[in-house]
This record gives sequence, C-alpha cells and structure tokens, in this order.
Amino acid sequence: MNCSDFLKELTDYLDGQLDQRTKEELDEHLAWCHNCFVVCNTTKKTIEIYRDSALYELPDDLRVRLQSAIISKCEIHKAQTLKKPAE
Amino acid sequence: MGSIQTKLSEPISDELVLVRAAKAGDMQAFEALVKRYDRNVFRIAQHITQNREDAEDVVQEAFLKAYGNLAQFQEQSKFYTWLVRIAVNEALMKLRRRRPERMVSLDEDVKTEDDSMPREVADWSPNPEQQYNQAELRDILSKTIQGLPAGFRMVFVLRDVEGLSTEETAEALGLSVPAVKSRLLRARLQLRERLNKYFKRQANGD
Repeated sequence: MNCSDFLKELTDYLDGQLDQRTKEELDEHLAWCHNCFVVCNTTKKTIEIYRDSALYELPDDLRVRLQSAIISKCEIHKAQTLKKPAE
Repeated sequence: MGSIQTKLSEPISDELVLVRAAKAGDMQAFEALVKRYDRNVFRIAQHITQNREDAEDVVQEAFLKAYGNLAQFQEQSKFYTWLVRIAVNEALMKLRRRRPERMVSLDEDVKTEDDSMPREVADWSPNPEQQYNQAELRDILSKTIQGLPAGFRMVFVLRDVEGLSTEETAEALGLSVPAVKSRLLRARLQLRERLNKYFKRQANGD
C-alpha cells in the first residue's frame, strides 16, 4: 500500500467502516509512514474540532421567537386546510 | 394505492410516533419535532446561506413546508432526513434569490482535480484549538469552512457536524453514496490543509 492508496481509504478508516483486512493494511502503513500518520491524525482532529465547535448555535431568545412563529403559521395553515372542502 | 411495507420487527421510533400524531392533527406533537430539530436546521441553513437572517427564514420555511406536506412523508426514511432535504432546498433557493448572479448548486466546483492531496504535512500542537479564545476559534472555523465549495461543505456539515450517516446524507442531498464518500474525503482533507496555518506546531515556540 502506498500513500495515495492510503488516502483513498482514509474516510472509511476514520469512520470505522473498513473490513478487517483493509484496516490492518492501513494500520501497517501508518506504523511506518510518518506523513500519512500526521495527515490521519490532523484530519481526525479537524472533524473533532468542527463537531465540538459551537458554530452557528441558535441563541435561546431567537429560538423561542422562531418556534412560536412556526407554530402560529402552522395553525393558520391547518385552519385554512380545514376550511377548504375536500374535492 | 401501493401499500408501504412496514417492518413489523422494528420498534417504532418516538420520532415516528410524533410524526404520526402530527399527521393526525396534533400540533403539540409537531411542536415537539420543531423543538427537537430547530437547532440543526438553523446550523445547516446558516452553513449554506452564510447569513443569519436568511437562516432564520429558512428555519421557518422548512418547518412550514414540512408541516404542509406531512401527508406526503412516506415514513421510509427518517423524518429528520426528510426535513434536512427540505431545509437544504429552501436554503439553496434563498441563496439563488439573493445572489442570482452567482449560481449556487451542490455540484459547484466539484471538478477540482487533486487539490485535496496534502501539500503541507505539518503536525499540530496537542490541543490546537486551545491556542485561541472561543471567538477567534469560531472565526477561524467559519472562515475556513466557508472557503470550501458548497458541494463539499454540505457533505461535511451533514456527515461530520450533524452526524447523519453516509446514506442519509446521500438522501438529503440527492447524491449517490459514492459521491458523498468522495466529497467527504476531499472536504475533510481540504479543511485540514486550510487549518494547518492556524494549528501547526510552532518551532520551539518561536
């Protein structure tokens, strides 16, 4: 296995979606290839940082406002549909 | 009318219980679904529109559309996946209306050749995110991810940030599973490459 073979499998490797044999081949490559080891670790870290980041959190006050706007629009929709006679 | 096969062996998820109650007219059940997923829809919408007001509109429009079309929801997929698909479409429409000069599609820029191949292989500090305060970090992360082509960004957001499975991501974005996998790999590698400059280990604290 060379580095570009390794990269092709990196996503499934990080997601734990590889069969045992391929996983062992990748582990073996990682054991001696420092570059792939670093790429693998920093890619994993990239995912973790984004997953744990509070990027674009919905603030509580806005959230409450949106929820009540949504529900009241849905109520209106419901009332209108009930009024319409079914064809 | 074709019957939908339900797998009797599978327990009905509480999500499905709420969806069925909402279909039967129970507004509190629908409200529970809104409360369960509004944060996710907001994040996804903001990742696409990159604008807070647009994201607020998208949240409202997506839930309203979901409500109006509940009868069409087939229960073959998760309600959440179906909702994400609606939200992604609403967000893309919003973007097209706002910036008609710049056609945005999920297929944008995916022809890039090997820009995902690692160019710089530098190790990072042990806890690179701790070098920055929260606001700085958020700024770095949002600038970096916004630089990705929309088609890569959305796959990364749904799969890695929102935790959808590869299959659910494919369904929500109308892509094939191999397309999701290939974009996810390139998105992850490109983000990693772009974060290098912020997170790489400094030589002897210099």
